[in-house]
Amino acid sequence: MWLKDSSIGRKFVMSLTGLALVLFLLFHGCMNLAVVFSEEAYNMICHLLGANWYALIGTLGLAFLVLVHFCYALYLTIQNRAARGNDRYAVTGKKEGVEWESENMLVLGFCVLGFLCLHLYNFWFKMQFAEVTGIETGMFDPQNGAAYVKALFTEPVWGQVYCVLYLIWLCALWFHLNHGVWSALHTLGWNNLVWMKRIKVIGCIVATLAVLPFAIVVLYYFGMGLAML
Amino acid sequence: MDQYIDIKVRVWRQAGPKAQGHFETYDLKHVFQGASFLEMIDILNEQLVAEHKDPVTYDHDCREGICGMCSMYVNGHPHGPDSAITTCQLHMRKFKDGETITVEPWRSRAFPVIKDLMVDRGAYDKIMQAGGFVSVNTGGVPDANSIPIPKPVADEAMDAASCIGCGACAAACKNGSAMLFVAAKVSQLALLPQGKIEAAARAKAMVAKMDELGFGNCTNTGACAAECPKSVSLANIARLNREFLCAKFKD
Repeated sequence: MWLKDSSIGRKFVMSLTGLALVLFLLFHGCMNLAVVFSEEAYNMICHLLGANWYALIGTLGLAFLVLVHFCYALYLTIQNRAARGNDRYAVTGKKEGVEWESENMLVLGFCVLGFLCLHLYNFWFKMQFAEVTGIETGMFDPQNGAAYVKALFTEPVWGQVYCVLYLIWLCALWFHLNHGVWSALHTLGWNNLVWMKRIKVIGCIVATLAVLPFAIVVLYYFGMGLAML
Repeated sequence: MDQYIDIKVRVWRQAGPKAQGHFETYDLKHVFQGASFLEMIDILNEQLVAEHKDPVTYDHDCREGICGMCSMYVNGHPHGPDSAITTCQLHMRKFKDGETITVEPWRSRAFPVIKDLMVDRGAYDKIMQAGGFVSVNTGGVPDANSIPIPKPVADEAMDAASCIGCGACAAACKNGSAMLFVAAKVSQLALLPQGKIEAAARAKAMVAKMDELGFGNCTNTGACAAECPKSVSLANIARLNREFLCAKFKD
């Protein structure tokens, strides 16, 4: 199967899964932003995406995408390390125009994944998981998402620690996407001499748009938490 | 003004393909800055021969930047610290008095060291044999003016064709990927009407050969294009991806 056996095939899978996850992030970010304007509206979205069949299928799809993206990342990295050979260069010069993030995608990916686990425990486990299984995992009603968000981010001291942790996570995610988005388009063959610069700018804009809504929500609650101190 | 400088040269010495390599540092006095880098290695070798030592083995041929033989990783850069030139076009005026210059061979699984700084780049020839050509069926020669090619296309094909197959791209790549080389070779032919006919088969054959020979997977860091002595553009890689993916979807 060429999607597994050829190098461009493997990169094609990385690109498609990555871009699909970026689309999800944009969607997720827009919904989160609602909580800043109206907690009721946010809870309505939580209700829509609770234990409904389409939300569950979506969740399973996302888990599959993350799994494929992760497994391929490991597979590609192992192959690439082997392709370098046993001897490393004694001196490695700085290569002009090479982005720092492009050389550290795996590390950034692990950062994103680590925080993702924390995030799933903080919210998903207490909301969708609790609603589906009927097990009580948090202190509020599973559909009262706004209460969970507020409790986590505004609790004295720990809330602010969580805010900083989430902001670090979002930074790692931004760097990952700043290379990932344009690189994915490039791998799909969607680039040429003229579009090279444009596509990098588009990648940067998409990365910012995907991360910014999350950052706004965290900063909003960070401010609220400080005011409550 | 070019002056005479004293330098230290730290060279990778390896007796053979299976031998354990190591660095050896040599003092070299009174080197003229107007000398090319390879002339400096020649001076070093004369000194080594006079001392009854084994001279440093390295690849070189045309010494004017078109054959792609001089493969040296100088101070952490393929073809040295200057941009868009080969090692033979590098001059000693890029280095300072008292400097220690580290010279290493290409390090990549697909380019095994033969001796000292000389590596086996036969892998690139094998990729070319897999599809880097246009099949010519003998017959009358068509009139050149009967196949018009737009100037921008001809320029892009020419720029891709400037690849000399030196191996700097794979040597500079943290993934040991040969994508820029394969992309340049696929592009120079795929852009022109004569090469278009076999474009799909060529892309598939050359990528399959590249994977088989143990080159890595491209992650678009761009180190290859930054270090390429002929400034071959990264955009060629997008074209190779496009050609390859289209060919696979057609199958």
